[in-house]
Amino acid sequence: MSTIPITPDPADEPWVLPDRGTIGMACLIIAESAIFVIFVVAYIFYMGQGLGGPTPKQVLELPIFTTICLLSSSLTLHWAVVGLRKSKIGAFNAWLAATVVLGAIFLIGTGMEWYHLIYVDGLTIQTNLFGTTFYSLVGLHATHVIVGLLMLIAALIFGLTGHVDEKHAHRMDVLSLYWHFVDAVWVIVFTVVYVLGR
Amino acid sequence: MADSVSGLSSVEAIDLTPVEKPRQLFLEVLYDWVTTVDHKKIGLMYIAYSLIFLVIGGIEAIVMRIQLAVPHNTFVSPQVFNRMFTLHGTTMVFFVGMPILFGFGNYLVPLMIGARDMAFPRLNAFSFWISAFGGFLLYYSFIGGSGLYGAGSAPDVGWFAYAPLTARVFSPGHSTDYWTLSILLSGIGSIGTALNIVATVICMRCPGMKLNRMPLLAWLYLVTSSMVFIAVSPLTAAQIMLMLDRYVGSHFFDAQAGGSAILWMHFFWIFGHPEVYILVLPAFAFANEIIPVFSRKAIFGYPAMVAASVGIGFISLSVWAHHMFAVGMGAGANVFFVFSTMIISVPTGIKIFNWLATIWGGKIRFASPMLFSVGFLFQFLVAGLTGIMLSVAPFDWQLTGSYFVVAHFHYVLVGAILFMIFAAFYYWFPKATGRMMSERLGKWHFWLMVIGFHLTFDFMHIPGLLGMPRRIYTYEPGRGWEIWNLLVSIGAVIQAIATLIFVYNLVHSYYKGEKAGNDPWDAWTLEWSTASPPPSYNFATTPIVHSRRPLWDIKHPEDPDWNYE
Ligand code: HEM
Ligand SMILES: [Cu+2]
Repeated sequence: MSTIPITPDPADEPWVLPDRGTIGMACLIIAESAIFVIFVVAYIFYMGQGLGGPTPKQVLELPIFTTICLLSSSLTLHWAVVGLRKSKIGAFNAWLAATVVLGAIFLIGTGMEWYHLIYVDGLTIQTNLFGTTFYSLVGLHATHVIVGLLMLIAALIFGLTGHVDEKHAHRMDVLSLYWHFVDAVWVIVFTVVYVLGR
Repeated sequence: MADSVSGLSSVEAIDLTPVEKPRQLFLEVLYDWVTTVDHKKIGLMYIAYSLIFLVIGGIEAIVMRIQLAVPHNTFVSPQVFNRMFTLHGTTMVFFVGMPILFGFGNYLVPLMIGARDMAFPRLNAFSFWISAFGGFLLYYSFIGGSGLYGAGSAPDVGWFAYAPLTARVFSPGHSTDYWTLSILLSGIGSIGTALNIVATVICMRCPGMKLNRMPLLAWLYLVTSSMVFIAVSPLTAAQIMLMLDRYVGSHFFDAQAGGSAILWMHFFWIFGHPEVYILVLPAFAFANEIIPVFSRKAIFGYPAMVAASVGIGFISLSVWAHHMFAVGMGAGANVFFVFSTMIISVPTGIKIFNWLATIWGGKIRFASPMLFSVGFLFQFLVAGLTGIMLSVAPFDWQLTGSYFVVAHFHYVLVGAILFMIFAAFYYWFPKATGRMMSERLGKWHFWLMVIGFHLTFDFMHIPGLLGMPRRIYTYEPGRGWEIWNLLVSIGAVIQAIATLIFVYNLVHSYYKGEKAGNDPWDAWTLEWSTASPPPSYNFATTPIVHSRRPLWDIKHPEDPDWNYE
């Protein structure tokens, strides 16, 4: 009764399971998406419901330039990871630095936009429903950009100090998954806030 | 029995000799627990903390039931009553239900899929501590009378905290802030744990444990956990909005500025309804493991069980507004939510039939885990039936906000979920501690619980039908409610006594219980192949499985399971 009969069993096939970093990040992205959905729904629900000005039409301008910067940062990050996989650390660092710069430009753009809205147009989160939903949705996204940037900067520091090699490509993959997600969310925020909402 | 399992050792060479540990100082032990990343210890900490809250939430229930036992009672003031039902509901859902299920999940999932630990052990510890902190924060609001930065007033807005009750004007002070923050933190912890469980089930299975060979428990935790991050995240988002409203003066739920209270209801119930299934699916998971072992038969209809669970997961995400029929959503929305709610009874029915078919013709052993499972089956059936009644919008218009609803959801929460949690305790206690729980006390616990439960919640339907609203702190005599309320309160006390017997049994058996051995129930899943309690590395060598019931294969090599799959 002690031995298991040897039958040709599928368990003899090589046993490979999905990578936990990727799965974990995928789950995180689903959770984050659900949070964003709620904020987007609130935005759409309150579109045009504010009881006083200013309205989006009066104050919002299309952030075309910063949007282009953010979206292209996905591309540069992709090239960074490709470089890393081929052990080209120099290329990795360069592309990663470009990503960080592009992300930072986006954030600065948001900051300037907010500054203008607050001090010139007098729109704060308390002013009306537009202010409430606008700052919370765009702010939620900006928070994600900041978190992503911090992680990218950390990776860049490791890269510049020579602590990164192609063995880490996989971790960079997981990180870039997050960054692409943040970009994808921006496409939705952009469409809802600046295109439909105006 | 235990020996038959060690037959495994000749195949996989699992070392089952218990390791003698030197006695540790109290501080060392404490340090071990606080810094641990072992999934079993974290699981036990989850369970311990939810047991503490079960007692607290139980005390709050008893306070309410004393107050309502007779008309015109002055045992507590109206304010205190409001605080009691708010804390009771919040505590039971967030700090008993969720953590206890995550506790069992943490403990069992890696063992049952033959893994050494969770996918992200440190995230696991972080999630636990942040959830626990959330729980204690809720009760921190008690400390210091009405002083201490306004902390002295416990929240009193109900567990669904409808707007505008939570607005600054209606809820001055910080009680609602404590409520929001504590839910927010424990929500983050839940999402972390859920993510971890999903990653563990997908990425950490031992060789041969294909998806269609996983124990149903692992399947159900996969579904529940996925639901957690689809359903709890919206709650987190809503809590952020509420905090913004309260702290920085935004207007999400502020009708004065065009905001909407209905939006809060939607956001809350988008979480709130699936939450019920997040709690009940693990209860199903326990039933799936316990009922077959005590009927000596393999579970009937494994693929159907999996499909039904996934189906329940999906459908439950689309029925939330059946909590809002009385709001006036319009006929179209009502019809949609009536039907989506009713459809969920199909997969649920499939499950009940499969459990009955598993029991049918089996050699049934009525040990405590099985007793509680049978109680669960009947009570869950009844709860489902009153649920279908309530899913009919006009019927709901009559009874929403009455004690009928309270009776219905306690049928699920207590009659199904709590009963299965008890069953799980009796079943897995020997694994976690190496000792059996007392069967004699278990029988007392079960029968008192059944009597108390039915006294309380069967009769609670009646004042509900007679029009007694929920959340009232007292009532007039002469409406035919008195006798029922008295019986309900007596039942509640009986349940409390039963629960105390259970807690005593836990403590007593931990020190004095009969030695259990590795496999006291002659079960079939992997957790029973290792020592009780399992060593910190779970399995000396990674198990390899060839069928759904690996230990059956070892005990019955002449008739292994894989011939039938
Ligand atoms: C075992 C004995 C229990 C008793 C006697 C009991 C009793 C009560 C009572 C009297 C109320 C207040 C009804 C009202 O006035 O509106 C209540 C509310 C509630 N209970 Fe329980 N309960 C028990 C267990 C549980 C458990 C195990 C759970 C969940 C896992 C739970 C969840 C709730 C919830 C969510 C509410 C609604 C709170 C609110 O209205 O804000 N209860 N319960
Ligand atoms: Cu519901």
